Amino acid sequence: MDKSPVIATQGLTRQFGDITAVDHLDLEVYPGEVLGFLGHNGSGKTTTVRLLNGVLTPTAGTAAVLGLDPTTAGAELRRRTGVLTETPSVDERLTAYENLSIYAELYSMPKDQIDHRVGELLTQFQLADRADDRVSGYSKGMKQRLALARAILHSPELLFLDEPTSGLDPVTTRMVHTLIRDLSGKNGRTVFLCTHNLDEAQRLCDRVAVLEFGRMVALGTPNELARNLWQGLRLELETSLEHVNATVKILRELTGARDIAQAEAQPVVTLSLSKRDLVPQLVNKLVETGIPLYRLTPQEPTLEDVYFALHEKEEAKV
Amino acid sequence: MNWQVIKAIVRRDLLAVSRSKGTLLPLILVPLIFMFLLPAGLGYFTPALSDMPGANMPDMAQFLDLLPREAMAEFETYSTDQLMIVFMLVYMLAPMFLIIPLMVATVIASDSFAGEKERKTLEALIYTPTTDMELFTGKLLSAWVPALVVSLVGFVLYGLTTNIAAWPTMGQIFFPNITWIVLVFWVAPATAAVGLGATVIVSSKANSAQDANQIAALVVLPIVALVIAQATGVMYFGTLITLILGVVFWVIAGVLLWIGVRTFRRSEIIARY
Ligand SMILES: Nc1ncnc2c1ncn2[C@@H]1O[C@H](COP(=O)(O)OP(=O)(O)OP(=O)(O)O)[C@@H](O)[C@H]1O
Ligand SMILES: [Mg+2]
Repeated sequence: MDKSPVIATQGLTRQFGDITAVDHLDLEVYPGEVLGFLGHNGSGKTTTVRLLNGVLTPTAGTAAVLGLDPTTAGAELRRRTGVLTETPSVDERLTAYENLSIYAELYSMPKDQIDHRVGELLTQFQLADRADDRVSGYSKGMKQRLALARAILHSPELLFLDEPTSGLDPVTTRMVHTLIRDLSGKNGRTVFLCTHNLDEAQRLCDRVAVLEFGRMVALGTPNELARNLWQGLRLELETSLEHVNATVKILRELTGARDIAQAEAQPVVTLSLSKRDLVPQLVNKLVETGIPLYRLTPQEPTLEDVYFALHEKEEAKV
Repeated sequence: MNWQVIKAIVRRDLLAVSRSKGTLLPLILVPLIFMFLLPAGLGYFTPALSDMPGANMPDMAQFLDLLPREAMAEFETYSTDQLMIVFMLVYMLAPMFLIIPLMVATVIASDSFAGEKERKTLEALIYTPTTDMELFTGKLLSAWVPALVVSLVGFVLYGLTTNIAAWPTMGQIFFPNITWIVLVFWVAPATAAVGLGATVIVSSKANSAQDANQIAALVVLPIVALVIAQATGVMYFGTLITLILGVVFWVIAGVLLWIGVRTFRRSEIIARY
């Protein structure tokens, strides 16, 4: 990409006592991109978002976000970024309308535009009929929708979403996914998406960064990562209906096989193997037990395969 | 400093306070007790009390000795009952008045500083383009301004109550005097600021509004000491002393707020979470 990056960090590091929450992060994010920031609990995702918005100071390293230094131009930078925090952090004692209109004032939105913009968002996020109720009576999903509306209230160029769909039902999750696609696709906004949800990352993200113990251990498109980083194999096999349960049982006992899923009402099973070498072993076992094998086809690896492989590698190191 | 933004912060905090019973209740009850019930009772019943056999009333001669010269002329015309009322309502209860600005400031500031952390709403607020100073100023004002307003309302209420309740004995308007004016417009704002400073410092360590308020409420002790000092004749609340008291409070408030503002940096608050 030849456009200048929206986010560029060099050796960005933050320590809390002995813990290094973010460890020498070198990352560039480009305009209009949806970047997935993947990592298990405590890997440093939230800390990175804080560093990039100038609400936490780095122990070492530098960052440039929208061309600004978060440590010195934090307020100016935050005018142009939007953040959905991990917990919705909406004011429970206020109504949805008040939550949004007060934030509009905090972003110095012109008074005569506030009503219109707030009304538009309340409708878009299906909160219009409850707009004047106190948020304390809202469901989790409603609070999350309100928090999202608040994060995009001032039409930020760069949006940080910290686990936007955790704990949401499928309908709301899909709504959030559509929103992310529209923001980056139609509106050219850049989205920094922290998530645990690998399926979400695979479907939404242009590129994915994988974080382990504060260090970035992989960066690339989901497919690149799958191709380059995964030594294993994803397979689909077909047997007969009466043997499908026995097949699954045998596969479960095979070390190195995981993510074993049985297709509904079909004699088809999918699984991931951590090494190619396991294939002959698998075939032998099935044939020995007298299970008929009609078909064995390789599949595109998923981000989940890559993620687990990376995670196991990192775990082995410590 | 962007005053539009500060106004929005104040509006937000006050809306939240006005909708919390736990916060609102003391803001209404305390002034009602100290500025209405107490003076109404004292104003009306003091003469009856002094007539009660065995009543242990302060020694009037000792009290009169303490009075400033300019007040003596005025007091010569008072009867013993009238003197008793003036002593109680104009002098004894004067330091007690300072509990109002102190209480309002600590209750609201606990909710807005420590309570905000407790409710996790600070997490979103720090991502707005507000500066630390704007946030701090907004939060200070949202406690300080109501403290002044409630004090003023309390003062007016107190004035009406004392003059009306004591009318049967006094037959004239005797409240307020200069000392009270100084108290309301000079010492009360300083007292509120002392309460604010203490609350901000305590809130940087406390995890809930209630914890913060309970500890910050300890600054009421010096006020209680003032009440006792005056009642026992150790110190008399003349105009000059009251003016000096105000200066002392402003200095203390300045120091506390200076320490407080240094604890209020978003990068520090987040790191302490
Ligand atoms: N204020 C703090 N004080 C001390 N340690 C902290 C602080 N904030 C984060 N940490 C530590 O830094 C590490 C990274 O935390 P962070 O919240 O960034 O992780 P995360 O990837 O967002 O995790 P999760 O998926 O659980 O949200 C953790 O070990 C955490 O305990
Ligand atoms: Mg997190």
